[in-house]
Order: sequence, then structure tokens, then C-alpha cells
Amino acid sequence: MSVLAGAPVVIPNFGQGSACVTGDHAFCWDWVSEHWGDTLQPALVQHIELTAIAVGIGFALAFPLALLAHRYRRIEHPVGVVSALLYTIPSLALFQLLVPFTGLTWTTVEIALVSYTLVILFPNIVTGLDGAPDDVLEAARGMGLTPMQVLTRVELPLAVPAIVGGLRIAVVSTVTIATIAAFLLPDGLGYPIFLALKEPTPFKTEIYAAGGLAVALAIGCDLLLQALRRALVPWASRGLA
Amino acid sequence: MLFDTANLHTFAAALRFIGDHPGFLAQKALEQLELSGAALGIALAVALPVGLALGHFHRGSGLAIAASIVGRGLPSLVLIAAFLTLLGIGFVNNMVALAVLGSGPILTNSYDSVERVDKDVVEAARGMGMTRPQILRRIELPLAIPLLFTGIRISAVTIVATAPIAAIAGGGGLGDVIVNQASYRLSGVLGASLCVMALSALVFVALAGLQIGVTPRGLRGTTVISDLPRKEQQ
Amino acid sequence: MCRDQKHGGAGMSAAAEIVFDHVTKRYAGRNAAALDDLSLEIPAGTFCVLVGPSGGGKTTALKMVNRLIPFDSGDIRIDGRSVRDLPVTELRRGIGYVIQQVGLFPHLTVGENISTVPRLLGWGRQQMGARTLELLDLVGLEPDDAKRYPAQLSGGQRQRVGLARALAADPPVLLMDEPFGALDPITRLRLQTELHRLHREVEKTVIFVTHDVDEAIQMGDRIAILREGGVLVQYDTPDAILAHPADEFVAKFVGEDRALRRLALRTLADVTLKPGSPSEPGDRVSKDTTIRNAVSLMLETRTEQVVVVDGETVLGVFRLDEAGEIL
Repeated sequence: MSVLAGAPVVIPNFGQGSACVTGDHAFCWDWVSEHWGDTLQPALVQHIELTAIAVGIGFALAFPLALLAHRYRRIEHPVGVVSALLYTIPSLALFQLLVPFTGLTWTTVEIALVSYTLVILFPNIVTGLDGAPDDVLEAARGMGLTPMQVLTRVELPLAVPAIVGGLRIAVVSTVTIATIAAFLLPDGLGYPIFLALKEPTPFKTEIYAAGGLAVALAIGCDLLLQALRRALVPWASRGLA
Repeated sequence: MLFDTANLHTFAAALRFIGDHPGFLAQKALEQLELSGAALGIALAVALPVGLALGHFHRGSGLAIAASIVGRGLPSLVLIAAFLTLLGIGFVNNMVALAVLGSGPILTNSYDSVERVDKDVVEAARGMGMTRPQILRRIELPLAIPLLFTGIRISAVTIVATAPIAAIAGGGGLGDVIVNQASYRLSGVLGASLCVMALSALVFVALAGLQIGVTPRGLRGTTVISDLPRKEQQ
Repeated sequence: MCRDQKHGGAGMSAAAEIVFDHVTKRYAGRNAAALDDLSLEIPAGTFCVLVGPSGGGKTTALKMVNRLIPFDSGDIRIDGRSVRDLPVTELRRGIGYVIQQVGLFPHLTVGENISTVPRLLGWGRQQMGARTLELLDLVGLEPDDAKRYPAQLSGGQRQRVGLARALAADPPVLLMDEPFGALDPITRLRLQTELHRLHREVEKTVIFVTHDVDEAIQMGDRIAILREGGVLVQYDTPDAILAHPADEFVAKFVGEDRALRRLALRTLADVTLKPGSPSEPGDRVSKDTTIRNAVSLMLETRTEQVVVVDGETVLGVFRLDEAGEIL
């Protein structure tokens, strides 16, 4: 019943496992240490790759779009509506719908992931750019900054918190959605889980190990980006008024 | 290359599949809605009162924040697989998994919606002699509705959209078709995918309409579509 | 551009003359003009206050000088040169601009805020550092404040930074749009006094907009009263306006107690005193006391004269009935 008939089997047969594995205990550390190198670590690396590419491309697209929307207000609303609709599309469905066009490849997965990232980053960046207070902008113009200088020296620096905030959400969301890629490709941390579920008796350790890694990755990125935001915004953390 | 006739054929086939099996797909869709509805119900029953209470008393912000991080950072596949190992295959394990998934946005948003009600307004109400339950009912809840409903809507859409994945754990619904390309062929998979899209769009629109209807007149025009940044994963 | 020969103190350069020449501004779809044929000459180094009710066009007039608002006809000249002749960013870098909410850049330190325009002009790091310290001292802040962020400052401190920032590149002209409006009365009074003192030291041409008549009278060398539609009603020194208001509107605007206010403009040092010996009756008051305060004291104590002193030296006597003659 496997969707991916012919995909390489990565986990060993139950019959060859240790006592822990054959006994179907809750969690087998020996299996984890034994298969870190051939199963878990590659999956982790692939997952990070998938995420990094998606967020990277998504940002590269969202940023200029946001700058345009900031400058030409009229773009903002239509793009916003399209984004909202795009986001309601379930990830699995989106993946499948792209398959006829781009096949069972990383491209398919990345197109979908990039779309979701775009949808998250675009409004965040626009909000960030819009966030500079009016009096600050007026003072800047009155002092003789050119419009480009106002953008680069005032609006962009003040937008950084919102942008990093958006990146944080985008990265974490992408990490979680990327697990679904396992339905199409033998890549990412979703795949060991997917395979484990295919067995007549689902192999708990593999599920918990890969799942745990995915969650750890997501939370780790979240904390990292929170710290990044704090580091980049010295003026907000020590306030009085 | 992308849009050659072969692809168009595939999509035509998908549409034909839908046309050929309306009853079947409708039944699957209903299954999915049942599962989603049950999960949403549990999530509401558990997370909503907790969130509202915490927000009203301005406590437990750590919990609300943790809920939002968990809601974002917990892959649905992991949840479903984990609950499968705990509760076996079938309806219950998926319902619980989806309920956990949907609780995040509800908890966070219900907390925020009440907590962020302007303190001055509450103070004025207290100064006028309203009791706590009165304040909650007449002031905090009406003002909280936009953000609250957004959370419910996000949760519902997330649950409905994640349900297909539950198919590999016996959850049924349109996901049964999507993960079963061997039986239903690509046309079936695509057809079911289109249906899932339509279904979640429908839920989105229905709840958005409900939200607009329930929002007090003076607050209309605030967050319906525009708070994308808080969306969770699917 | 030929500069006036006046040179200010505190290391600042010359001031510039500003001329409004039949300036008009209309907004589309409105009948009344925002500014209607405004002509005004502001000699170099003058502290000129534009005052009037809301909608009187005073802020509009101010913002036309640095072209934040364009004018339809007429001209504005700085030292004989039209403001339209220069590229707008160059023009603005040569004009200091202070607004009510200050508009400090929240993401930059105080020091970085102050050196914004110098940096745009390409000053060296040493130069900017020295200038920042100089300005902090001038506006009454500590050198350590340079490293703080705007969020850490009080409202009064922020406005001081705003002023320092405007003066950083040493512009000949300073535009101030109700800068003290958002401050509490005590801070406002303090900053008004300091700005007044600063202007004596620095002597730039300042256009200061306010709706507060008291502030105008206290600070201005010349006051221009604008009513709705930007119509210039009177342009003169504070004393002259108080003594001879041009019409009913001005009279009402400056207040019915204008005689007393005129007395507040002068101190006993300015008056020729009747000679008096140390043994004369009456309270002793410093020569720097305003005439109004002296009168107030005499009314309160029901006496008829005060003895004016400079430290220990008796300068003379001032009698209550002389107060009326001064007017």
C-alpha cells in the first residue's frame, strides 16, 4: 500500500533488531544511536536544507514585493487577498497539485514551501516598513534626507524587528510543513515517520526520534530568531518612556 | 513544458474524476468534516475557557506564549503519528491529535483577545460598579470578539486542512484518496486534492462571514483577513 | 550668497535674512486660501514668532521655507536667494527644523541623532564627535547622554536633543513648529527661558510658530500675528503690539491685560529712578525685577514705593504712580 513503491527501505526489518526493537518498547536508544548516521542525521540535514532554500527564496521574493507595495499602495490589497487564499490551501493538496507540472522532485516541494513563506513574510515586511512614526519621517524629510535615504536610514532599520519576527514565524512554519514532503519524497524528517507508519505495527522509536528532532529543530529555530531579534534591536530593550 | 497538453489532460481527468464520483467524494468530505468538527469541538471546550480565564485575570502569559510556539512548531505528521502509537488506529487518535493541533491558536488568541482589552475601559467599567462577570460579559467579550474569532477561524481551517494527513493513521476523509495513488491514480489524487482545497476555502469563507456577523458594529473593519502573521502550520 | 555681517557666539556662523514676497497658497477644492498674499521681512538674526489661532496658516508659512509645503505664487528668499533655486535636499540640510513631537530616530543614539546632517554632509568622525559634545553642552545635557537612546529620555530632554540636532550643521536659519507644545508647563517654561538665552548667544534667524500668545511675547524679537486665511494682521515688536494693537482681533488675542504684560517686558534696571537714600522706606528689590512684579509687590503690601538695589548698592526709588507713565 505504499505510495512510494520502489523507494529504498531505510529502516531494518524488525526481525533483525535488538530485543528492545522486537519487543516494541516505547523508546529504544540503541536503535537511535545505531541509525543516527544512516537515517536520522541525513533526514535532519535534508530538512534543514529544504527549509533554508524555501525561506531564502521566499525572502528574496517577498522583500522586493514588499518594497513595491510600500511605495505603490495599490498593490498591497490584492497581494494580501491572494496570500490569504493561498494559505488556506492544505499543504498536501498543494504538493499534489504541483506534481503534474514539476513531478516528484524537490522543485515541487520547494514551490509550495516558498509560496507559504512568501505569504507569511510579505505582510510582515510591509507592516514593518509602515511602522516608522509619522513625526520621525517628517523630521527626516525636513532635515534634508532624500527619499532613498529615508528608506535606508530610517524606515528599514525600524522595520527590522517586524522582519525578523516574520522570519521567525516563516522558518518555524516551514520546518513543520516540510515534514509533509515525505508524502512525495524520501527526504526530510517526515520520511522516517512516514515509513514507520507504513509498517503493520508502527515503529514507535523511529516516530518519536524523528518527530522529536523535528520539534526540536522548530523550537530551536524559534529561540534562535528571538535572540537574533533582541540582538538587532538595542533601542527597544532598554526603554523607559 | 509546464503547461503542455499532458498536464491539461491530467487536470481534465481530475475534474472528470470529481464528476464521476460525486457521492463518494461527498461522503469522504463529510467524514473529514466530522473528524474536524469533533476535533474543533474538543479544542474549543478545553482551550477557550482556559484562554479566556487566564486573559481576564492577566495571568499565565507564559502558557499562552508556549501554546503559540507549540502550535507553530509541532508538525502535524508528528502529532498524528505520536497519537497513533498511543491510541491506536481509527477515529479517536486522530480526533485527539487534531484537537491538540487546533488548541494552540484558540488558546493564544482567546488569551490575547481578553488580555489586550484596553485597561482603561475595564477600569472605567469597574469604577461604574460592574461586577467581574458583568465586565467579562458586557465589556471584555464583545471587545475580544475580532481576535477571538480569528483564532477560532485559524484553528478550524488548520484542522480541516490537516485532516487529509490523518488518513495514513486511519482518519478517513478525502485524505484516504490522496495518499492512495495506487488505487485511485493521479486523477483521483488530484481530484481529491482539489476537493480538499475547496473544502478548506469554504470553511474559511463561512467562518469569516460568521465572524463579520458576530462582530459588534463599532469594531467592524478590524482583523479579518489581515492578521496573517499569526497563522499556524497545516 | 552674501551674508549679513552679524556673527553669533558659541562657534556659530552668520544668520540669514528671510523674505516672504507675496506668497500665496491655495488648497484645491477650498474657497479660502491657506495663505493669501503674505509678505514679511525677517532681518538676519531675528527671533520671529508666527502666532495666531489654529488654521491661521502659520505652520503652512513655516513649512514653505524648507519647501515641505509648496507655495503657489510669490517667492521666499533666504539672503536674497529664492528657496526654489536650490535642490530641495540641499536647501533642507542648510536649515534647522524642529517639530513638536521632535521625531528623534528611535533606533539611533542621541549622539547619532545629533550628527545626522553632518554625516549627510560628509563630516569627519572627529569633527562630528567634537560638535556633538559642544551642542550637548549648549542645550544643557551631559556628555554621557550621547550614548543613550531616545526611549530613555524625558520629553524635555528629547526636545533639547531635537534642538541640538537642528543646530548640528550650523545652519543660518532655524524653523521651529510649536516645539514646546507637548511639554508640561514647568518644562516648557524652562526650555523657553533657555532658548531665549541661547538665541542671545547664537543669534541665528529663527522662525518660531506657536498659538500661545504668552510664549510669543516672551520669546520674540518680532511677532507676526496671522489670522484665518493666513492674513498678516500685525508685525512688530512685542511691546509695540501690546501698546498699539492694530485692530479688535489683535486686542482680543493679546488679552485685556496687555498693559500689565507690557510692564512684564521691562525690568527696574531700564527705568530712570528717583534718587533715594538708604534710609528710604519700602521693600528692597533687585534691579532685575520686572516692573510688573514690583507693582504686584506694592499692591500686595500696600506700600507706595520700593527701593531698587544692585546687590548692596541702593540705586534709587521706584514709586507706584510712576508705573502708569512708563506705558
